[in-house]
Amino acid sequence: MTATEIRPTTAAALETKAPPKPRNMGQIIRWLLLFLGGIAMVMPIAYMISTSLKWPHEVYNVNLIPDEPTLENYLYVLEDGRFYKWFINSIIIATLTTISNLLFDSLVGYTLCKFKFPGRQIVFIAILSTLMIPTEMLVIPWYLMSQSFGWLDSYWGIMFPGLMTAFGTFLMKQFFESVPDDFIEAARIDGLNELQIWWTVAMPLVKPALAALAIFVFLGNWTAFLWPLIVTNSVEMYTIPVGLSGFGDEADVAWELIMTGAAISTIPTLVVFLIFQRFIIRGVVMAGLKG
Amino acid sequence: MANLTLRNLTKSYGSTQVLHGINLEVGDGEFVVFVGPSGCGKSTTLRMIAGLEEVTSGEVLIGDRVVNNLEPKERDIAMVFQNYAIYPHMSVKKNIAFGLRSSSLSKPDKEKRIQEVAEILSMVPLLDRKPNALSGGQRQRVAIGRAMVRDPAVFLFDEPLSNLDAQLRTQMRLEIKKLHQRVGNTIVFVTHDQVEAMTMADRIVIMKDGHIQQVGTPAEVYHMPENAFVAQFIGAPSMNMLSGTLTVDGVALDAGTRFQTSQTSGTPQDVMVGVRPDDLTLEAGNPVVSGIVTVREPLGHETLIYVDTPSGEIIAKASGKTPPEVGAHVTLSADLENLHVFDAETGLALR
Repeated sequence: MTATEIRPTTAAALETKAPPKPRNMGQIIRWLLLFLGGIAMVMPIAYMISTSLKWPHEVYNVNLIPDEPTLENYLYVLEDGRFYKWFINSIIIATLTTISNLLFDSLVGYTLCKFKFPGRQIVFIAILSTLMIPTEMLVIPWYLMSQSFGWLDSYWGIMFPGLMTAFGTFLMKQFFESVPDDFIEAARIDGLNELQIWWTVAMPLVKPALAALAIFVFLGNWTAFLWPLIVTNSVEMYTIPVGLSGFGDEADVAWELIMTGAAISTIPTLVVFLIFQRFIIRGVVMAGLKG
Repeated sequence: MANLTLRNLTKSYGSTQVLHGINLEVGDGEFVVFVGPSGCGKSTTLRMIAGLEEVTSGEVLIGDRVVNNLEPKERDIAMVFQNYAIYPHMSVKKNIAFGLRSSSLSKPDKEKRIQEVAEILSMVPLLDRKPNALSGGQRQRVAIGRAMVRDPAVFLFDEPLSNLDAQLRTQMRLEIKKLHQRVGNTIVFVTHDQVEAMTMADRIVIMKDGHIQQVGTPAEVYHMPENAFVAQFIGAPSMNMLSGTLTVDGVALDAGTRFQTSQTSGTPQDVMVGVRPDDLTLEAGNPVVSGIVTVREPLGHETLIYVDTPSGEIIAKASGKTPPEVGAHVTLSADLENLHVFDAETGLALR
């Protein structure tokens, strides 16, 4: 390489320079894969919105831009009283479950992380091992449980299996590992009891993890289908995914209405994401430590 | 304020004993520094005083109370941590106020106390800042403020300066010392840095492997080390050790030199003769050892020279302006009173 080929590396030089051109096959392939990945992510959403703007006769056309776009589906769904009920059901269930997970997953995670007690490891492994059991296997015991406690077709029945999750506990435990013991010991010397330490010292330090967990849990419950479908009987207790799946009649699935409902139901998830993503900034914990 | 007493303090983790019967009296208002290499048990001792580690056996007394079974908050202590441990989500003021949470002071009194502390530490303009907008030294000051605000009987410092750069460390060292002179609380300070220990302490406690090696004023541990470990640990560069034999006539170094000492031994005894680099001179006197200069480290006002001798590598201090050349043959002399003789086997000083 001659001296003239050396690329400028100062910030000013980089700013004025056009984006570097792909140099080799490797880079082209990488970009291609990313592009395909992007397409795979965006297309379903594009089709969801496109279908929600189509008339029923056009639904099975693959064109992305509807020939005669219409908001009729939105009017229909929003005027249908059931959708509101499902929407509120979903909001209540996803919100309560999220709050419950944030509190209890972090409480258990904190305990497993910061307290040394006999059997701690066994408890942790036991919790983790529940991650390996698929939901499909659990719905029958859950159903029997709900039946015998009289929880069928109730909010409690929909929510109880998800009020605490092994994944959330694991996530919080791992994040609490990054909270230096010094903080906790300092608080102990300052006279806080263990519950106060957890709430006033440890929890604010793991805000990024709490935000991530909130997003996961909210989305998971917002989109949950199998268990709400099984545990609910009355249309009033349906959540959005369960309710939407019933749009149309036995002969014909009303895809345009399902897609409209789905499009509307993405709005709360976007709001939740926008609220919490700003908390997901790593390094907050480190600010109080050595500089 | 109170005095602090450790009686036969031991600590074991399972079958591993890490502290072997620590006995110490710290007077009211005294500034005591625990120093030793890592793993010597100094931090463990401090944490046991704080109540963050359980005492395996023995007693910790603060004032007249045995505090073994008291929670940290009931011990009337405050602690400053190596990592400062100031809460990043709270302002400086809230951090300082945190120390007063469990206090019975009225709100205006608490406010007044926070202001006082902020003034002492010259932090008034910083009170509304968050820790991430502070420099390392300022953060450490906040941590000290949080400890001070409670006016505890005993202040505990766990290597609080080790994360600061050299210049700031020197500055904070001075500030803490001044602070002690001003507030006069009992302080137990842990460090691995012997310079910190020497400069700050009223008394130094030198520890190794869970045992106290020596307790004394900085001058005592420097000039009259009780054993070879203390002799080499205190002072930089380290004390040189030359092996030799003690007989009725005095000491005969393996390198060949002989000299009279106040100690004698009827039967020849293997000894180590210690001499500090500062005490070795190139000028004529009692020659101790000679050899060839291998390395020079100029420090400005003086130059450290490393001399290859039959007794191994010896460090000495030479003039800063005209040090001997590398490769020069030099003879190092010392006043006999500056030679320390230690038993080669036990390491104990022979006096």
